[in-house]
Formats: sequence, C-alpha cells, structure tokens
Amino acid sequence: MTTASASFGDPLIELSGVTKTYGRGQAAFQALRGVNFVIGEEDFVAVMGPSGSGKSTVMNILGCLDTPTSGAYLFRGVRVERLLRKERALLRRHYLGFVFQGFNLLARTSAQENVELPLLYRGESSSARHEAARAALSAVGLSGWETHTQAELSGGQQQRVAIARAIVTRPALLLADEPTGNLDTQCGREIMELLSVLNREKGITILMVTHEAEMAEYATRVIRFVDGRVESDVRNRERR
Amino acid sequence: MLWNALLLALRAIRRNLMRSFLTTLGIVIGVGAVITMVTLGNGATKAVQDEISSMGSNLLMMRPGQRMGPPEGAPNFKSGDAEAIQTQVGGLEAVAPTAAKSVTAVHMARNWSTSVTGTTNAYFKSGNWRLTSGRTFIEAEERAGKAVCVIGETVRRELFGSGNPVGDSIRIKQFSCEVIGVLASKGQSAMGRDQDDTIVMPLRTVQRRLTGRQDVDALLVSVKDGVSTGMVMERIKTLMRERRKIADGEDDNFNVMDTKQIAEALTGTTRILTTLLGAVAAVSLLVGGIGIMNIMLVSVTERTREIGIRLAIGALEGEVLLQFLIEAVVLASLGGLLGIVSATGASAALAKILKVPFLFNPGINALSFLFSAGIGVIFGYFPARRAAHLDPIEALRHE
Ligand SMILES: Nc1ncnc2c1ncn2[C@@H]1O[C@H](COP(=O)(O)OP(=O)(O)O)[C@@H](O)[C@H]1O
Ligand SMILES: [Mg+2]
Repeated sequence: MTTASASFGDPLIELSGVTKTYGRGQAAFQALRGVNFVIGEEDFVAVMGPSGSGKSTVMNILGCLDTPTSGAYLFRGVRVERLLRKERALLRRHYLGFVFQGFNLLARTSAQENVELPLLYRGESSSARHEAARAALSAVGLSGWETHTQAELSGGQQQRVAIARAIVTRPALLLADEPTGNLDTQCGREIMELLSVLNREKGITILMVTHEAEMAEYATRVIRFVDGRVESDVRNRERR
Repeated sequence: MLWNALLLALRAIRRNLMRSFLTTLGIVIGVGAVITMVTLGNGATKAVQDEISSMGSNLLMMRPGQRMGPPEGAPNFKSGDAEAIQTQVGGLEAVAPTAAKSVTAVHMARNWSTSVTGTTNAYFKSGNWRLTSGRTFIEAEERAGKAVCVIGETVRRELFGSGNPVGDSIRIKQFSCEVIGVLASKGQSAMGRDQDDTIVMPLRTVQRRLTGRQDVDALLVSVKDGVSTGMVMERIKTLMRERRKIADGEDDNFNVMDTKQIAEALTGTTRILTTLLGAVAAVSLLVGGIGIMNIMLVSVTERTREIGIRLAIGALEGEVLLQFLIEAVVLASLGGLLGIVSATGASAALAKILKVPFLFNPGINALSFLFSAGIGVIFGYFPARRAAHLDPIEALRHE
C-alpha cells in the first residue's frame, strides 16, 4: 500500500470466488457462496437483495472488518485476505470511509470533533484537521452546525455529519450499509442526492446497500444478491 | 500517537464528568487517608522526639510503689533521700525531690486550676528548664519555706494575660505567693500534657502550706553525660533498699524509670501506629484502584459501540488500548492530586485539633501520587485490553 493513486490498470476492487461461512460443523452457515465482481474507480454501486442474502457480509469483507473464508479480495491489486489485522486497520484508515444505517456518531461530541476524529488517527496536525473538517461539513451542507452534538441534530443531519466524517480523509472507497434505512423518504432522497454529487464531483467511489428501488436509481450500477450469490449486475441507463 | 491518545482520553473524561469524578473518588479517599495518616503520625513522632530533646540530660524518675501508677501503701520518700542519693551515688548532675498538689491560683479577678510542684533549685537543672524572666530560688527561701514561686507560661498567660508577673503575687488557698520567675515554654508532652501549666515552689513551702506532710512524692535524678544510667540506677536501688530497710529477697517498694527510655519506647509506638494506619489507608487505596477497574470495565461495555466506531474509522488496536489506559491513568492521577490537596487540608486541620505539629512530607505526597498513577496503569490495563480486542463488527452491532 503506498499512495491513493497506485497501480495503473488494476481495478479498485476485485472479488473472485469469495465465500463466507459462519460457524462450524452442524451449525455452519454459508452466507456467501462464491461472489465475483469488479468495481472500478468512480463507480456508484447500489447493492440490493432480500434480507439475509449476504449484503452486509460482503460489505464487511470489502470494509476489511472481516475476512473471506475462501476466495480472493484484491484492493488495487493487493491481496487483502492475506494482510494482518493491523495492516487491514491501516488500509481502513487510509483508503476507506464508512457510513452506517444508525449514523454512529460519538455521543456528546460536536459535529466538528466527530469529523476530525479519522484525521486524528491519521496523525494530522490540529490546524489541518480543523480546516479539513470544516470543508467536509460544508460539502455536506452543514456549515454553521459545527458545534452541535448528535442530540441537537436531526436524523438527516446526523447522517450528513457521518458522511462528512467518511469523506474527510478523501477515501478511495465509501461503504454505506443502508444509509437511508433510518430516514424518511424525503431525508433519504436528500442523502442520495448528496452521495450522487460526491460521486460525480469529487470522484469518490461509492458502494451502498439499500432495500429501496427508488434509492438505487441514484446509482450508476445495481448488483443484486440472492442467497449469497450475485444474481444480477446491471448498469443504470441513466442516473437520477 | 501518545499525544493524540491523551487528547482522546481527556475528551472522553470530559464527556462524562460525573462518572469520571465518581471513578476517582476511591483514589481521592485512599490517597487522602494515606497522606493524612502518615502526616499526623510523623507529627506525633516529632512531638515525642521534641520532648525527648527538651528533657535534656538523662533523667531518672523515682516513685514509691513497684510500678507506674498508685503507690499502694508503699511509704513515700523522705526529704533526706535526695541528699543521700546526691552524696552517695557518683556521676549525678542533680537530684530534685518533688511534692505535688492540685490547686486553684488566683490573681485579681482571674483564677486558674493547675498543679504546684514543691522542689529545690535542682529541679530546674534536672528538668532542663530555663527562665524567660526573673530568677530561681535563693537558698534562704528554700530553707525557710518562703512563699515564692516560679510559674509556667500557661499559668502566666491565664493569670496575667500579656503582663509581666515578676514581683507581683498570686493567691493560692489562704496564702499569697510572690512570683519570682517565669519558665520558658516547653509545650506539650508526648502524653498530651501541657508542661507549661505548672507552678514551682520551694519544697518546704509546699510541705508546710499545701500538703501538710514532711515526705516527697517523687525524686528526679539527672545523670551526668557519659555516665551509664543503668549503673546509676543499680547504685540508687541498692542505696534506697538500705534506706527503706528492705530485707534481702523482698521486692523493691519503689521504682526507678529512665524517662528517656520511656519516651523512646513511645516514639517506637507512634512509629508502629503510623505504619499500621498507613497500611490500613493503603488498603483503601487498593480498593479505590479496584473501583477504577470496575468502572472502566462498565465503561468499556457501555462504550462498545463507540469503540466499534473508532476501530472502523481507522483506530488501531494499540491506539484504543492506549486511549483507555491513559483514561485510567489520568483519572487515577487526578484522584491522586485531589487526594493530596484534601489530605493537606485535612491533616493541617487535624494536627491543630490533636495538637501535634503539622509536617508537610514531600516524600509521601510524591509516593502516593506515583502510586495512584501506577494503580491507573495496573487496573486500567485489563479493561483497556478488553476494549482493544473487541471485534468491530460485533461492537458496531452492540446496542
Ligand atoms: N456473525 C454471524 N454469525 C452467524 N451467522 C451470521 C453472522 N452474520 C450474518 N450471519 C448470517 O448470514 C446471512 C447473511 O447475513 P447478512 O449479510 O447480514 O444479510 P443482509 O443481506 O440482510 O445484510 C444471514 O442469514 C445471517 O443470519
Ligand atoms: Mg444487512
């Protein structure tokens, strides 16, 4: 792993024959049964499928939070499944951004401090952190809300702070597991607009799980999971 | 990395001020108790040591009876015993016979309950007393039993306020007594008795006017420097057995104590007590440490989700470990500091109440502080490790 613009030619992500088995023996359950797909830089992918089809499992593997039972996961040509725990943590730190269904901001902590947190772990100076966090909050439309804590923000605003926190490090890949799941349709649309803009204007690659077809329309590509396999993988003719 | 971990730890503490305070409370109390106990104990030891040095030369105290306490029918000493000891036992500085009596002394409208000691000039030498003003007895006063007295600082203060009493008189019972001198203050004895609360008169005066008897209660014998007190004690015992006509094989009906030995034994006792109290207090410090561990463990469970978030957005396990460890150390050290501050206040106040000197002891303060920081490391490590080893997926799912 060197810089964010490494290895020409290699796609951003390549999964080949990835399986994931939970448990052992009788209780063993195969959540992924051989998943193959390639994601290029600047894709905006929606992952859909029924509940229990393995969407979150594949997101966790892509997010380096979990490892496949078999198969290969290449991130810019690097065999992630062969990395050590600490190396995967460093990969997360430098290349990935996470947005969760439940927002997951730190309680009793200002929006500004929440957004600065990933930069703190990257060891950036206090002034650089401050600048970057303000810029990220402004990019998600939350200028002026820096000092508010989670309790003082609406669900939609909290998710915007979470997105700002995810993009403040300029990640190569933004992973979002049902980012609109806890929001009403209007807020959900606004979040999707925001992701769409970030993808188009800042060139951030996005992989997003959603249940709602309407939200998937914002993506450039839809991968559908059924029973731990990719059932279909289609490009949207025109994005919303 | 260390600096960032410190920053994160401080933020976490700030986010939960109330819990942070309660966490440290055990340490505050533990450190406070240790320092207070040791400080007071050292003060008490110092008081005893001061008294030993104020006693001056090696002083033997002789009383009738076999042991300390009431003489149980043993005959008192006679005035002649003092002279006999002085002349027949070598190596003595001074021998002072004493007869004591509790009285109320009156001057103008003020009165004060104290005790009168009847004795000779040798008393001032053997007791290492100095005068701030006036003089001691002259021989004629001792021989004739004149009504003159030398008063202690407490008596002077209570009866004369800020005035100089020398030349003035006080009234005791039915007679008036001229004040000829004032004793320099000695302060409290190790037993807590005010040594300055005293009036000294010629022995004969006390015998005639107050006790109405010819005998004396006690003999104070001061031994010359470099002379073995043990040997002197043996010689005195032999002489006194002769004078009191005690048959061979019969027990002594008087006792001779080396006051220095008593005081030294007392120093030893206060030392042991200090150590003991300190140890008890140290146990409470340990309990405080366990309190920190307990709350840190609860905190790890409570903050599982937070830890999951941190791990997901790029914290390394080592960084999470360090953050939690530093949180524990900072809390414990803050507790230590608060404990030092409150102990300094408490021991200064208690020293005043218990009338022992207040000695600020930098050593025990530094030691307690380091110890509490150490407790933070030891009791913080286990919860911190647990936090760092959480599985981020599980942690994020945690409610
Ligand atoms: N840690 C786990 N242990 C055992 N089974 C799991 C675990 N995580 C997920 N599963 C199972 O794997 C399957 C896929 O789960 P998941 O990827 O969360 O589905 P979804 O598509 O709804 O996100 C489900 O049947 C789920 O019960
Ligand atoms: Mg899911």
